[in-house]
Amino acid sequence: MTSDTSPAPASVLPVLLPFRASQPRRFAPLRLQFIHAVGFIGLALLVGGAAHAQSGADQLSALGVIWKWFPLLMSGFMFNIAISVLSMSLGTIAGLGLGLLAISLNRPLRRTAWGTTQFFRNAPWLVLLFFAMFMIPFQFTIFGTTYPLPDWVKAVIGFALPVMANVSEIVRGAVGSLPSGQWEAAESLAFSRRKTLWLIILPQCVKRMLPPWMNLYSLVTMATVQASIVGVTEMLTLTAQVHAAEGGRPDLLAPLYGFAMLCFFVYCYPIERFTLYLERRFHLHQ
Amino acid sequence: MAAPAPSTEIDHGWTPDQPLVRLVDVHKSYGTIPVLRGVSLDVRKGEVICIIGPSGSGKSTLIRCINALVPIDSGTIRVEGQEVNDPDLDKLALRRKVGMVFQQYNLFPHRTALQNVMMAPIHVLKQNRKEVEARARALLAKVRLQGKEDAYPGQLSGGQQQRVAIARSLAMRPDVMLFDEVTAALDPETVKEVLVTIRDLAEEGMTCILVTHEMGFARELADHIYFTDAGLIVEHGPPAEFFANPKDERTKAFLGQVL
Repeated sequence: MTSDTSPAPASVLPVLLPFRASQPRRFAPLRLQFIHAVGFIGLALLVGGAAHAQSGADQLSALGVIWKWFPLLMSGFMFNIAISVLSMSLGTIAGLGLGLLAISLNRPLRRTAWGTTQFFRNAPWLVLLFFAMFMIPFQFTIFGTTYPLPDWVKAVIGFALPVMANVSEIVRGAVGSLPSGQWEAAESLAFSRRKTLWLIILPQCVKRMLPPWMNLYSLVTMATVQASIVGVTEMLTLTAQVHAAEGGRPDLLAPLYGFAMLCFFVYCYPIERFTLYLERRFHLHQ
Repeated sequence: MAAPAPSTEIDHGWTPDQPLVRLVDVHKSYGTIPVLRGVSLDVRKGEVICIIGPSGSGKSTLIRCINALVPIDSGTIRVEGQEVNDPDLDKLALRRKVGMVFQQYNLFPHRTALQNVMMAPIHVLKQNRKEVEARARALLAKVRLQGKEDAYPGQLSGGQQQRVAIARSLAMRPDVMLFDEVTAALDPETVKEVLVTIRDLAEEGMTCILVTHEMGFARELADHIYFTDAGLIVEHGPPAEFFANPKDERTKAFLGQVL
C-alpha cells in the first residue's frame, strides 16, 4: 500500500459496535468463591452449634460424631458413586444400542425400541428398582457353578434401566437434531447408511449428547440413595445406622443427614458446572 | 461390502454417443402436491446444461431425482443407461458416478477440508490412503485452496466451503456433476470464485447439470438451457436463442424480472 491516506482517526466514532457474546471462560474446575465458603462454614456452624447446644456435656458434639464415623460414611458414599458409575456405564451402552434401534429403517424394530424407551422412561425409578430387586434371582447357576448376585448388583441393574431409556432418547434426539443436509451429502457421496452413521452422524452427535448425558449422571448419583430403601448399605443406610449407634439422639438427625447432603452436593455441583460450561461452549462454536 | 461393480456400466448397453443422463416423462408429487408433471430432458457427455425457473418450479427436486435422493412416481431416468427408478438399483453404484454439490455446502464440520475430500474415496471406494491424499491435495489446489487443507469448515468462508464441497465431489471421479443452486447462499464477491471453479470444470469436459439463478453464467457457459415452471419444462434451447428470443409468455415474464 503506497497510498498516503491518513490513518484512521483515533477518536471514538459514534457507531454501534457489533455485539459479541462473551467468550466462555476456560473451565475452572471448582470456581468456589468467598461467598460459597461463607455459606458452607455458616451452614456447618449453624447445624453443629444448634446440635451442640442441645447435647449434654458428656456427649460428643455433632461434628465430633461425624468425624468419628467419617471413614464409614465415606465408604458408603464411595458405594453410591460406584453404583452410579456402574449403572451409568451399563445404561449408556444399552441406551446407545436402543437409541440406534430407535432410528432404524426397519419399522417393527423401530417401534419396539420406541416402546421400550417410553416404557422405562415413564416409570418411576423406585418402582424399577423394586422390580430389579425382587424379579432378579439372588443367585444364578451356569455350568454347575453358582454365582451369587448381591443386592448392589441388582441395584445397578435397577438404575441402569431408566438410564438406558433416557440415553436412548438422548441419542435419538441428537441424531434428529443434525441438519438433513449431512445425510444428503453422505448419501450423494455413496456412503452406506451404516457408514454414514458411524463416520458422519454419530461423531457430530457426541458433543450434542454430552451435556444431557452428564446431567443424567448427576440425577443418577442423587437417585442412588433410593437403594437404601431396598437394603443396600450405601451412605443413607449407613447414616441411619450411625444415628442408631449414637443412641438415636434427635439432635444428630440434622447434622448427619446434612452431611450426607453436603457430600452429594460437593460431588454433583462441579459436574453441573462442567455441563453448563460444555453447553455454552458447544452453543457458541457450533 | 462396497465391492466395485463395474458390470453395471456394460449391462445396459450404453455407449458414449447416447445421452449420459436421460429423463423421460418424470412425475413426482409430495403428497397431493405435484412437483414434477412430466419432465423430459437429455444430457450428453461433456455438455453443460442449466435449469432455470422461478422458485417452487421443481428445479431442486428434478436434480435430486437424478442421483436417487428423491424417488420418482413415474417416468424413467437413466444415467449411463442405468435405470434410476429400478427398485433393484444399486444406489451406491449410481452415486459413485454422479457427484452433487448443494446450496448449503453440507461439509462435514467435524473433519478438516482435506479429510472431507478424502473420506468418500477411502471409505466408499476403498482406495489407497496415500494415493487418495495426493489426489485430494491436488483437487484442493485446483479449486484454489492451497494452504486450507487443515482448516475446519467452520473456519472457511462460504465460497471456500463451497469449493471444498466441489473438490469433495470430484474426488469420487464422477461422470456427471449436479449443482443445486450452489451460489444462492453466497455473497456477490464469493459467487465469482465458485463460478470460476465450475467454469474450469466445464472447460475440461465435465458433464454438468446446474440449477442456477446466475443468468450471466448460464448464458456464457451452458450448451443448453431449460426453463421450468410449475413442474414442467416450458421452454428450452441454446442460450443465445433462449435469452434473445424467448417464445413462451412465462419465460418472457421471468426473464423480464431477472435480467
